[in-house]
Amino acid sequence: MPKLQELQDLTVQVRRDILRMVHKVNSGHPGGSLGCTEFMVALYNELMELKEGFDMDGKDEDLFFLSNGHISPVFYSVLARKGYFPIEELNTFRLIDSRLQGHPTTHEGLPGVRIASGSLGQGMSVALGAAQAKKLNKDSKLVYTLHGDGELQEGQNWEAIMYAAGNKVDNLISTIDYNGQQIDGATEDVLPLGNLKEKFEAFGWDVVDIEEGNNIEAVIKGMKEAKSRTGKGKPVCVLLHTVMGNGVDFMMYTHAWHGKAPNDEQLENALSQNPETIGDY
Amino acid sequence: MKKYIDQGKNDTRSGFGAGLAELGRSNPNVVALCADLVGSLKMEKFIEENPERFFQIGIAEANMMGIAAGLTIGGKIPFTGTFANFSTGRVYDQIRQSIAYSNKNVKICASHAGVTLGEDGATHQILEDIGMMKMLPGMTVINPCDYNQTKAATIAIAEHEGPVYLRFGRPKVANFTPVDQKFEIGKALMLSEGTDVTIVATGHLVWEALIAAESLEKQGISAEVINIHTIKPFDGEAILKSVKKTGCIVSAEEHNYMGGLGETVAGYLSTTLPTPQEFVGTKDTFGESGTPEQLMAKYGLDNQAIEKAVLKVLKRK
Repeated sequence: MPKLQELQDLTVQVRRDILRMVHKVNSGHPGGSLGCTEFMVALYNELMELKEGFDMDGKDEDLFFLSNGHISPVFYSVLARKGYFPIEELNTFRLIDSRLQGHPTTHEGLPGVRIASGSLGQGMSVALGAAQAKKLNKDSKLVYTLHGDGELQEGQNWEAIMYAAGNKVDNLISTIDYNGQQIDGATEDVLPLGNLKEKFEAFGWDVVDIEEGNNIEAVIKGMKEAKSRTGKGKPVCVLLHTVMGNGVDFMMYTHAWHGKAPNDEQLENALSQNPETIGDY
Repeated sequence: MKKYIDQGKNDTRSGFGAGLAELGRSNPNVVALCADLVGSLKMEKFIEENPERFFQIGIAEANMMGIAAGLTIGGKIPFTGTFANFSTGRVYDQIRQSIAYSNKNVKICASHAGVTLGEDGATHQILEDIGMMKMLPGMTVINPCDYNQTKAATIAIAEHEGPVYLRFGRPKVANFTPVDQKFEIGKALMLSEGTDVTIVATGHLVWEALIAAESLEKQGISAEVINIHTIKPFDGEAILKSVKKTGCIVSAEEHNYMGGLGETVAGYLSTTLPTPQEFVGTKDTFGESGTPEQLMAKYGLDNQAIEKAVLKVLKRK
């Protein structure tokens, strides 16, 4: 894989973007963003089949829906670095008159975003609609989603999970960011999720575990496996085992950085652990 | 006053079903979704003729709204069907984020609105839906008055780009608008000209307003009757023009007087031409079981309630 070093460099750069974005406005959600960096980088730069440019309908290309919209920093950074909009715009994150709202939205016309998210639990339903539109349009491309694990506490997900299997929506790969953390603490303490793999399987999904969700090679391998299972009558779920705050030692293994920005000193420390690769915005 | 003839009682939901069936034939992008109420929404014809364009969601309205939003991505024009209660209050946040804020071209089609749903009682009789929907930026809110108009409105909203809330009902009511009348979103219809009072009505109360106007005419009172099928965007100019002539107004709707048509009228007139107004609507209450006629009478939504309101507002001129 000649691209591997490039992808790893991009991952480090995206981490820097996330940290600098949330630090600048002293708000935002670095923890989940950092935990999903490898996944998002791999998705947009190795896995998805994308057309040049952006149009809302996204016919004949893969689509992605971010359901846990609070990890917008990683979404914005990956979109910008993929060329959907200028990387300088990352400077405007959460500022007045910006297209980079706290949570992603189509409202300001930011290329790459097809649905507003932030109020949790809605993304899978939207993805199901888009996936079925693809089938009606005889479009063989796939629909990808990302959800927080805590987000699965929202009941609408289970309506969607039941529907997807019952209607054989097999052009959908829904990934769960399985970090075991949510705002108030460990999911195990807030509201245990039980055995997610068995739950999805009981609902009729095909489930792929990616045990090393912060190892980009493992992510690519696991997602390619997931892709190979599409088109076989079942929706595909990926349980992406990640560490919230990955790549910044003091942000890892805790929910403390779910929605908190680093101060100046903490930023310096965090950035020193992620030296500039392809250039800061 | 101009006379209107009931061409034969029919339900507005059947008007929706007929309109949807016609769209199925004329517009290949139209798709329909239902949350286990196909018969109640009269969607059978569309489904029979376009099985591949119909999505049975099951009893999962939140999922239905999200799926509808997603179907627009790829160029479909989704029409969702369930009761008005489950089309709005139950799924407000899904509509707010995935449809309205995301500006998705979804048509939320809501049957069994108001107390005329009847015997099922207050759990199903939503009287707050117009308020909830009109508060959403970018949402168009339509409440047609009879079978013909509901059919025409259903067809018209497919051509409109953007989210729409289309509200209709369960009971068979007078069908009196012309069968070929073009439906123009946001354009109030003058039904009968008058000089003493304006009655602006929406939905099932338009026919009641016509009956009231006839009775008032016998008492020497000339009422102008306006059918305002679109609550938002609001045709303020039509109302303003009328009250400039009549000097007072009665609003009539099968909805809580708070948050509905009446408040839209009052809000508009308070900033343009403050005008004495009476509200015909439910008075901040839930409904109950009963026949539609009984409930219309008990909750002050029939022609007699409109007549009373007219006599009251005339004294305030």
